[in-house]
Amino acid sequence: MKLTLKIWRQKNAAAEGKIVEYPIDHIEPDMSFLEMLDILNDELIMKGDEPVAFDHDCREGICGMCSLYINGEAHGPDRGVTTCQLHMRMFKDGDTIFIEPFRAKAFPVIKDLVVDRSSFDRIQHAGGFISVNTSGNTIDANTIPVNKKDADDAFDAAACIGCGACVASCKNSSAMLFVAAKVSQYALLPQGKIEATDRVLNMVSQMDAEGFGNCTNTGACEVECPKGISLENIARMNREYMSASLKG
Amino acid sequence: MAKSALLKSSIAKKVAMALSGLFLMLFLAQHFFINMTSVFSADTFNSISHFMGNNPLVQFVIQPILIVGVVFHFIMGFVLDFKNRSARPISYAKNNGAANSSWASRNMIVSGSVVLAFIALHFYDFWFPEMVYKYVDVNPLNETRYFHELAEKFESPVRTALYSISFLLLSLHLWHGFNSSFQSVGFNNKYSRSLHKLGYAFAIVVPFGFIFIALFHHFNH
Amino acid sequence: MALDSKIPSGPISDKWTNYKDHINLVNPANKRNLDIIVVGTGLAGGSAAATLAELGYNVKAFCFQDSPRRAHSIAAQGGINAAKNYQGDGDSVFRLFYDTVKGGDYRAREANVHRLAEVSGNIIDQCVAQGVPLAREYGGLLDNRSFGGTLVSRTFYAKGQTGQQLLLGAYSAMNRQIGRGKIKMHNRHEMLDLVIVNGKARGIIARNLVTGEIERHSAHAVVIASGGYGNVFFLSTNAMGSNATAAWKIHKKGAFFANPCYTQIHPTCIPVSGDHQSKLTLMSESLRNDGRIWVPAKLEDAKAIREGKKKPTDLSEADRDYYLERRYPAFGNLVPRDIASRAAKERCDAGFGVNKTGEAVYLDFAAAIQRYGVDQAKIKHLDEKDTALVIKLGTEVVANKYGNLFQMYEKIVDENPYSTPMMIYPAVHYTMGGTWVDYNLQTTIPGCFSIGESNFSDHGANRLGASALMQGLADGYFVLPYTIGDYLSPDIKMGTISTDLPEFAAAEKAVKEQIERFINNKGTHSVDYFHKKLGKIMWDKVGMARNAKGLNEAIAEIAVLRDQFYKEVKVPGDANGLNQELEKATRVADFLELGELFAKDALHRNESCGGHFREEYQTEEGEAQRDDENFAYVAAWEYTGKPSEAVLHKEPLVFDNVKLVQRSYK
Repeated sequence: MKLTLKIWRQKNAAAEGKIVEYPIDHIEPDMSFLEMLDILNDELIMKGDEPVAFDHDCREGICGMCSLYINGEAHGPDRGVTTCQLHMRMFKDGDTIFIEPFRAKAFPVIKDLVVDRSSFDRIQHAGGFISVNTSGNTIDANTIPVNKKDADDAFDAAACIGCGACVASCKNSSAMLFVAAKVSQYALLPQGKIEATDRVLNMVSQMDAEGFGNCTNTGACEVECPKGISLENIARMNREYMSASLKG
Repeated sequence: MAKSALLKSSIAKKVAMALSGLFLMLFLAQHFFINMTSVFSADTFNSISHFMGNNPLVQFVIQPILIVGVVFHFIMGFVLDFKNRSARPISYAKNNGAANSSWASRNMIVSGSVVLAFIALHFYDFWFPEMVYKYVDVNPLNETRYFHELAEKFESPVRTALYSISFLLLSLHLWHGFNSSFQSVGFNNKYSRSLHKLGYAFAIVVPFGFIFIALFHHFNH
Repeated sequence: MALDSKIPSGPISDKWTNYKDHINLVNPANKRNLDIIVVGTGLAGGSAAATLAELGYNVKAFCFQDSPRRAHSIAAQGGINAAKNYQGDGDSVFRLFYDTVKGGDYRAREANVHRLAEVSGNIIDQCVAQGVPLAREYGGLLDNRSFGGTLVSRTFYAKGQTGQQLLLGAYSAMNRQIGRGKIKMHNRHEMLDLVIVNGKARGIIARNLVTGEIERHSAHAVVIASGGYGNVFFLSTNAMGSNATAAWKIHKKGAFFANPCYTQIHPTCIPVSGDHQSKLTLMSESLRNDGRIWVPAKLEDAKAIREGKKKPTDLSEADRDYYLERRYPAFGNLVPRDIASRAAKERCDAGFGVNKTGEAVYLDFAAAIQRYGVDQAKIKHLDEKDTALVIKLGTEVVANKYGNLFQMYEKIVDENPYSTPMMIYPAVHYTMGGTWVDYNLQTTIPGCFSIGESNFSDHGANRLGASALMQGLADGYFVLPYTIGDYLSPDIKMGTISTDLPEFAAAEKAVKEQIERFINNKGTHSVDYFHKKLGKIMWDKVGMARNAKGLNEAIAEIAVLRDQFYKEVKVPGDANGLNQELEKATRVADFLELGELFAKDALHRNESCGGHFREEYQTEEGEAQRDDENFAYVAAWEYTGKPSEAVLHKEPLVFDNVKLVQRSYK
């Protein structure tokens, strides 16, 4: 396959960036999208140019490190996959592919396609945990039975990989799906209920402080989420938040 | 948690938008039913309109609440849209919004603005004259004037067309807004699928019903 | 220097309790005055950082990723073992201990493994209390599955994402401490050297990967939790960034490196599709419960399949060779990982491979679909003679069990595994070898500890499935927090260690020189070029089956490649900011040394055990042949300036509680 890539290049956080066009040839359908970028980078290095910086690590769709806004969609046109699992057979010979960083005020660009998602970490610091000591003196794991459906729903929420596709896809750059997934996981489990009030208030307050936009329920996040995190979680967080506000 | 923090929070604003939206939809529904009577019976329409126009509870309690609701919904809508835009200082060179969301959901500010313009026209047509008629000029009560005032307005093809276009946009606004407000107040469960269907029905029946009323009077004059 | 493993005396089941009863403790007020550096934030590092912070120490944690949550522990699929005996099927601490020692082919240290089995139950309690959503039964209690051919069900799991959920649990515990200010988190930082002051580890030199700044960080102890070195093979199931730099730097500063040749090759990975391949994807071991592994029985069929002239479904049963079932009738497709991997290689080397590269075997679910389909038809009182119906019903059952894995396979390979057999091939997965540590998890450098995959301790020559997660969390949550206190107790009045000490300046200078050398080296090849070459040497000559000739060649070739690397590598850009090629260069430089030691270790170990298979040492049937008389020891290598000149130290392994026997799966 022969392709034209239009890639966002930006030297560092302070520099101005722009879209630069790169032709690329001999791309096979079995390659992953990131392997295609590896090839581009190898060519750039050989030419004496700087390779395109992009985040990636596990390359099996679970670490959440890879990002990229590909042809107008987070993680590209395929569904239920991260960029590292996107394969070139989703494109055809002669295509032009736009590759941009995830964009949000709360995700500033570090270089090229690499963005700083530490805002997600800070939201978790504000309450993404259960305050239990890890030194081994807790109750037996089977002391509190957990309804299977609640446990399964908690798992589905906990499957979030924190990649930021929800923010990138949202026209408002809202982080509601991410925050709601974490709030839901704990809200659904008896262990998490004890701190539920403070958790949701603190996490939402940190989310707002980070400069994410407001949710307007377009549902784009759910569609683009590589792990299929459901909008139900956002509704649950809204409920949790309102009842916490009334209590708190 | 401090009250001020709650007021600043994104979820509180979202819930407030939803609640004001739900309230406005209720208002819209009753307005729709009253107007619909004009198609069937001028007398019924006149008597209900007279009641609504002169009942002190409606005039001095519900009407101010409604106006506050409308103003709040619009101002908040614009404020949030401005804030949401600023959450992405650099926009994408290529964005394929249609891949993951409906046009209606992404353009609430557009449909909402058209509805706002419509409400201005509507006020100019009906509400201001009504207020002047009742409270400035202090005319004597006339229980049968309403139907004619209504029918007269739709003589103009331009106005009828403007009304129809505005209701099309209102339909789009409701297409997303109805279900969105339920999601915002945390209603998302096994009944949601049925509710969604109800929402889409509401978004079609009410605005198109209004268009029907406008066209009905336009062509039956 | 003689190795002292510091194993406490007494009966094996009392050692850990006695140890805890007699160590020195640090009082809470004094913990505030002690700093600990933790490098790596996977299950081991994350759990250690959280627990140490909770105890009151000031923790400085480092990871090269953009968030601690991304560490590669997250990719573990299957589960975590614990001797809870919730199923009442006869499990116990001793059985878990015994299975682990046996599974490791009797090359692990008994006392460490027993401790691991003892604390395994605590891990599950801890994780549940933290809100980790482990799988449950309808009654609300925790569910278990059986794994890796053990005789009991002791594996806890969270769908196929157990590692993710456990890591997020540890990450949440870290978040709590970061929020309280007890952990200072350094994301996107890479440790590039260890600083030793007066013989003790007192800090590290790290590069801020965003700004390029070289930073000095001091502490009273340094904990290395940087994972394994599987990426020395270039292609592995490890993450792209997984590297051995932290572990190798401490080795060069005096920490012995143990058993580098013990590497686990996982049998069920998606085969390499071409030269562009950057990484290999694991398919959970659980697939072997229902899939049958085969290759064509005739060479001409294999050739026809490779050329695309025949399809696997064209071959009759008689033309298929279910080689695991043939060779190991008792265990069949469920033999341990090392054996399954070698058998696949043996068939492919003999020319029976089934993909374009000739390095793939089939994992076929047709029989399982048929079997489940008939069962379902019977249960539902439908016509079990209706082939289409049976396949439909059977497919549903298989989809329920493995749907996510099948979907992942289809995304990568673009073939529907329900209708055509999957192709699999072994790939490098886990490294049992690593930094040598004593019972305290301390390396041969005082004050420098090594936990999780980065140490050598608990898995011997082969790791059992679902044991890696157990070890990482045991080390971090329950072992290190005790042992490090004992070490730190004399340092309570020491105060903060200055980073202006000459030792910090010297280490920083060396790091800066290495970086400048790379940046200024106007070479002709990218870093990946060398990494791929190294990987090929390792895979071909130090891979699944090794022999003295190949190992000698590998040692020579790696040394040549290393020289070539320093002469010809090209690192574009500068060091003052994010430079991913520079990051790769510093990592590959270390792999190029580690790979040589790896081969040297494999060459010296004249026996086959677990993941280390020497072709010269096999039984007549082609099975691994241990030599307990001469090689029942840990090979700990001391760095003396060059990998080729590393000095061997032996820690004899004493087995008082487990009887050494030849493993047999016939």
